[in-house]
Amino acid sequence: MLAIETEGLSKDYQVGFWRPRPYRALHDLTLAVEQGDVYGFLGPNGAGKSTAIKLLMQLIYPTSGHARILGRPAGDVEVRRRIGFLPENPSFYDYLTAEELLTYFASLFDIPAAERAARVARVLDDVGLGAERRMRLRGYSKGMVQRVGLAQAILNDPDVVFFDEPMSGLDPLGRRDVRQLLLTLRDRGCTVFFSSHILSDAETLCNRVAIIAQGRLAAGGRLTDIVGVDVLGWELVVDASPEAIARVRTRARRVTVLHEQRHALDLPPESPEAVLQILTDAGARVVSLNPVRKTLEDFFVQHVTGAAPRGESR
Amino acid sequence: MSLAAIRKVAGAVFKESVRDRVPYSLVIFAVILMAASFLMSRLTAGQDLKVIKDLGLATMNAMGLLIAIFIGTGLVAKEVERRSIYAVLAKPVSRASFLVGKYAGLVLTLAVNLGLMTAAFYLMLQYLNWTTDDWIKQGWRAPSHDPRLLVAIALIGVQLMLTTAVALFFSTFSTSPMLSMLFTLAVWVAGHFSGDLRNIQTAIDSPAAAVLAQGLYYLLPNLDALDVKNEVVHGLPIAWNAVGLGVAATMAYIGVLIGSAVLVFNRRDFK
Repeated sequence: MLAIETEGLSKDYQVGFWRPRPYRALHDLTLAVEQGDVYGFLGPNGAGKSTAIKLLMQLIYPTSGHARILGRPAGDVEVRRRIGFLPENPSFYDYLTAEELLTYFASLFDIPAAERAARVARVLDDVGLGAERRMRLRGYSKGMVQRVGLAQAILNDPDVVFFDEPMSGLDPLGRRDVRQLLLTLRDRGCTVFFSSHILSDAETLCNRVAIIAQGRLAAGGRLTDIVGVDVLGWELVVDASPEAIARVRTRARRVTVLHEQRHALDLPPESPEAVLQILTDAGARVVSLNPVRKTLEDFFVQHVTGAAPRGESR
Repeated sequence: MSLAAIRKVAGAVFKESVRDRVPYSLVIFAVILMAASFLMSRLTAGQDLKVIKDLGLATMNAMGLLIAIFIGTGLVAKEVERRSIYAVLAKPVSRASFLVGKYAGLVLTLAVNLGLMTAAFYLMLQYLNWTTDDWIKQGWRAPSHDPRLLVAIALIGVQLMLTTAVALFFSTFSTSPMLSMLFTLAVWVAGHFSGDLRNIQTAIDSPAAAVLAQGLYYLLPNLDALDVKNEVVHGLPIAWNAVGLGVAATMAYIGVLIGSAVLVFNRRDFK
């Protein structure tokens, strides 16, 4: 059974006051997310990521197509017992404390009253809000509200979580904590579906990604297939005299002086051993040698810039 | 729809109102108004009890109406505006349970507020009873602690339940809280004049206008049937049959409004 599947999911909005016309925000989205995947749903701002997640949460209804979560129709109340959801830029009842909010949500999940306090305390500790649990949310910073959002999304020990821009509003420490949380969820067997436009996070965390642009699925697949193992070149850093560098200059695509005798050489993918040999014979000292591979960013840019314009619905 | 979920959502609405200063400031304002009516009654020899009862009931009605309209129209609109609805609707709660829970929570809030105002009202009447000479009391048409006052207050409660349902209905689709407030107030005002709509043909010549007025009479709630303040204050008999029928019709009207609100809310996109 797939954790998440969508087939031909599309969403039109009516735009214009006097002559309303449909505007297609999401076009024919078909996805299959396996259980246990950490699935990155990537795209630039306005690409349709949040629309797709709201369709999965049934906060909005599709114009066509359908979605299933854990084998049941999205929006099924019983499915919601097994999922967690963090909306983009979340907002909660600010007259409550984090502890009260989570206790209320725990009651909606029918978590037994005897368990609620311990469960709430545990998830608040997990997101680093243990000390502020009795503070009203109206006194929270944006990052703290984001952490409350994460806490309420994992309160029911979900099988699938949907995080819409989970890193939004977080400082570097917060982002590190969220990355750790996602990895913990993955290790527990939870399927993680998260949207982001921060590619480094996706590259660190995901095993599969989909790229959406202009409301259409532009590309997708396993991260290992996308970033590939093929070496596109080498980056060699050496301490060498100008004479030694002159001997290999024609073999390098580019040479950059970093500091006095320290140089960075951009070498083609062919074996760099010959260049290394010439340089060491000339008395150079190798500082580092790293392969250059295709990154997720290259893949992203390639597909996002090549995406068809969204246009109006037909 | 789940009763347990409705109860939990209603509890949250009640908690919000407990933490919100607006309803309580209105209750305090109502108590002050009732106290003022007590002072005014001292200036009206022999009419003091009637003045207190009249102003007390009118104040309860007005304050309840303000709470029902201001909070009722924001029940859904505020959730959508501040986007707190996203996280709640992703929980195992149907939209219908959420909406009915919201309604039940505000009705509970109104009931508690009405209860507090009733207690203050009875304390004032008790004080009047203590401080009034027996020969004056003999001139009262109804006792100071007339149990029929509770009937009048309960019927105010029924009117407020209906007003809350109207406010909730508008708030499920209106994007402007101000418009929702105006529409709700309009329904409340028209509901108190619906009896006049029924007999309008006796006052105007236009058959078309008469038909329109008749249609409006059947479309709008009849809040006039639930108003027994005059009978209670002046010690007149209450037409129990008409009141019973009015309550039944109002409950049915509330059912239709909540059902319609659920239908609209179930189809709504939260962008």
